[in-house]
Amino acid sequence: MTQFVNPLTLIPKPLRGWVIPVLLFTWWWAAYRFSWTDSELFVPISKVIDTGWRMSASGELWQSLGASLYRMITGFVLGSAAGLIVGTLLGVSRLFESLVGPSFHTIKQVSLLAWIPLISVWFGLGDPAKIAFLSLAAFFPVVLNTFEGIRSVSRDHIEVARIFAYSPLQVFLKVVLPSATPSIFTGIYLALIYAWLATLGAEYLLTSGLGIGNLLVDGREHFWMDQVLLGVIVVGLVGFVLNWSASKVEARLLRWRGRSVAQF
Amino acid sequence: MSTTASTLLLGDGVASPAHTAKPAKPPFNWHALRQKASRWLLAWPVPLAVLLAWQLAAQYELIPSQILPSPLTVAATFADLFNTGELQTHTLISLQRVLWGFLTGAGLGIALGVAMGLSPLAKDYLYPTFKTFAQVPSLGWLPLLMMLVGIDEALKIILIAKSAFVPITLNTYKGLQGVPNSYIEVAKVYGFNRWQLLRRVVLPAAFPPIWNGVRYGLTHSWLALVGVELLASSEGVGFLIVYGRQLYQLDVVLAAVIVVGGVGFALDKILALIEHRLLRWRREAF
Repeated sequence: MTQFVNPLTLIPKPLRGWVIPVLLFTWWWAAYRFSWTDSELFVPISKVIDTGWRMSASGELWQSLGASLYRMITGFVLGSAAGLIVGTLLGVSRLFESLVGPSFHTIKQVSLLAWIPLISVWFGLGDPAKIAFLSLAAFFPVVLNTFEGIRSVSRDHIEVARIFAYSPLQVFLKVVLPSATPSIFTGIYLALIYAWLATLGAEYLLTSGLGIGNLLVDGREHFWMDQVLLGVIVVGLVGFVLNWSASKVEARLLRWRGRSVAQF
Repeated sequence: MSTTASTLLLGDGVASPAHTAKPAKPPFNWHALRQKASRWLLAWPVPLAVLLAWQLAAQYELIPSQILPSPLTVAATFADLFNTGELQTHTLISLQRVLWGFLTGAGLGIALGVAMGLSPLAKDYLYPTFKTFAQVPSLGWLPLLMMLVGIDEALKIILIAKSAFVPITLNTYKGLQGVPNSYIEVAKVYGFNRWQLLRRVVLPAAFPPIWNGVRYGLTHSWLALVGVELLASSEGVGFLIVYGRQLYQLDVVLAAVIVVGGVGFALDKILALIEHRLLRWRREAF
């Protein structure tokens, strides 16, 4: 009796993840090599690498990346600081929540990018507008998660703190804040991701100055596929580094919980 | 009568404030109603004050109307756009795009998520590529897609599908992976076959995270739609915003922004309602 062997199991496990990328790259290479399409768009991978070398040697790539990251970090820091304050107020004070909460939840429904045209009228096309927009992008997730984190602190914990005669400040610093930290961290982590997304959006729509987004737009306008692909790769790498470092920092900060959330 | 019995019990049983705060089923819950009413009333002062300040600032020309048209102007423009039917046309076009893109993305996402969640083999092959693909945000793909497929309808659908695809795949996969082993063991004890196991145990248990992914997916779709319409389109809500911006008619921009917010809100509410209906069995347990 011959047993059916699934051919997919023949490849050793660590190599399986490489199969699809290798097939894709081979197909791409073949499309270029045997000119299956005469489209200018199928640039060989070697050309993308060349462009990468050229642009990093001339410093263009680093300047663009630096400009984008500088904007992202500034906007992220401003937005998440404001978000922490508002989120904490919403979480701690029922009155503040009743007054501001509904307005906040209404405004949050507007897609982020829809704000850009308004921001461009108010702040122009330069860095202030971009940073204002990025702060807005970072603000919303931080507020929401801080609020939810603080609201979900268990009543029992607070009662125990009362028994120990903690002052309200002590209750906040020693009980509420630590137990809200995981949720707050999720918010900050989301804010980083949003800020990166928003950096691209801001650079596409407020086209002035340097940035990875401008690199992409520029490449598209001139039909330089190599530059566009390089831009996409850089965007992906930055996203990857952000994800990775956020999960590392989180794992360290939340060591006491023994498990990290939002690991992707 | 059960109501009087329960109030009696509450009345002379334990009279701690914690219990009066959430009564079981008294004849009429004045406390909750008052709380609800006061919360509802408290929601208004802040936005009304902002609108009033805004209107006054515009009226006394503290802010030029090119920079911030007054709320009344915005309302008038909104009504105008609504009456001419322009607003509805653009919104309908945008909604259609979101619907097609979202359905495509959700279908593919659930299929891939289920495949990876149920078969370790599929996961080995597909997950690394998926993860790499997901690292680049939708807007990062936009210029590349514009070169490959142009700026027509296909671009919009693909981009929207991509934005829905990533969170839905990820949540479906994680949801299926997260089904507790003990559930499966119990099902095995009862002699469930694979199909029964899937339908009766695995899918219901994984449903909440999957649905969460669907909701995220829809939110992301709407975001992507607005983005792509701002950059490349000649109709739709996003286009209306760009158009108003180009003519320096901020009242049109603001009216369109209100629509963007309203539609985003409605889409999420619809999914929340469906979830509420589908998950009734879960809520009743508490």
